[in-house]
Amino acid sequence: MNFSRDVLKINAQEEISKITNAIKTQVISELHRKGAVLGLSGGIDSSVCAALCVQALGSENVFAILMPEKDSSQESIELGKLVANSLNIKYEIFDITNLLEASGCYKNQIEAIREIIPEYGENWKCKVVLPSILDKDRLNIFQLTVQSPEGKTQTKRFTATSYLKLIAATNWKQRVRKCIEYYHADRLYYAVCGTPNRLEYDQGFFVKNGDGSADFKPIAHLYKSQVYMLAKALGLPEEIINRPPTTDTFSLSQTQEEFFFSVSYEIMDLCLYAYNHNIEPKQVAHEINLTEEQLKRIYKDIESKRKATRYLHMRPLLVEEILNQNL
Amino acid sequence: MNKEEIAITIANYIKKNFLFDEKKDIDHNISLYQSGIIDSMGTIELVSFLENTYKIRFDDDELIAENFDSLNAISNFLYNKLQKIT
Repeated sequence: MNFSRDVLKINAQEEISKITNAIKTQVISELHRKGAVLGLSGGIDSSVCAALCVQALGSENVFAILMPEKDSSQESIELGKLVANSLNIKYEIFDITNLLEASGCYKNQIEAIREIIPEYGENWKCKVVLPSILDKDRLNIFQLTVQSPEGKTQTKRFTATSYLKLIAATNWKQRVRKCIEYYHADRLYYAVCGTPNRLEYDQGFFVKNGDGSADFKPIAHLYKSQVYMLAKALGLPEEIINRPPTTDTFSLSQTQEEFFFSVSYEIMDLCLYAYNHNIEPKQVAHEINLTEEQLKRIYKDIESKRKATRYLHMRPLLVEEILNQNL
Repeated sequence: MNKEEIAITIANYIKKNFLFDEKKDIDHNISLYQSGIIDSMGTIELVSFLENTYKIRFDDDELIAENFDSLNAISNFLYNKLQKIT
């Protein structure tokens, strides 16, 4: 099979038509709901999903929620509002900081960080990073970078307990947001739209029962580059299209590349496509200016993340199959 | 401490913590990652265990697949590192 950077090119209008037809059928005929609710983060994925829902269901049947907390960037809120206004959809801003305080999220985050950096204080900032696998075949061991109020940064490797505790505390953010989305879905008799792209869905870059939970996921089959193609075709604001992908989860600004994928989304998209189509690493490496060795590492990383996150996709396991297909 | 003793200590840890069966055998040459015995979370646990057990600290550049892929790889790497320290 021939491989080039063009393999991800799609006819955006045809794809939009395919997805909006699917949303209409899924929400109305299969889920039997009257509209769609979604969380708007100001990022490309949720913005594209909102625009697709509007085309499928009408702007009057889409409700968005902006759910900032104290670690969110102000830019995210402004961009979320910009998208909601440009699509003419109703929205609500719900600051989840108080809910997170009450749940112990921030307190537990600080405790987890202090296990490895005892001087970490309330006004410090942090982010979680993965070392790059491009220069060496590194093990996926997360590191913590912190910044003191004076701007001094340091990076330390996690211990198992501190990592698990920090992630468990941080996952409150995604889970609280999903509770609020379902509150509005129940109130309006709407379905919840999930916003993962293919990279996130395939590689398990989501929180189980948090952002991983939804009634339908209209862009889960699209590579991130294809989501950008749709964004342009849907006429989303330039500010959204030009914004680099961010997790907006930790207090220090952090790219998705640093946190999870190790390489940029453009490269990761092409690698995942090539991996899915059994294209030899050598052929891909040449096209994207990496070495064959680097490609092999990325393929291995794709496999390893799939294995490690398989549990996130699993439904609750039953002791016996229940045969009624309508359940 | 020789390589064999190190391999046994690590094998016992892996059997107890990742396989939940101390009677199971592990092929010392099998890739712990490819075979699914250890995932990324397991890696963090294993590295912490080795650092605490042998009172050492791994440099970030040492945390590569070549040194941690199999029981033999880990015990060889660890043995050489301990030799250098002593």
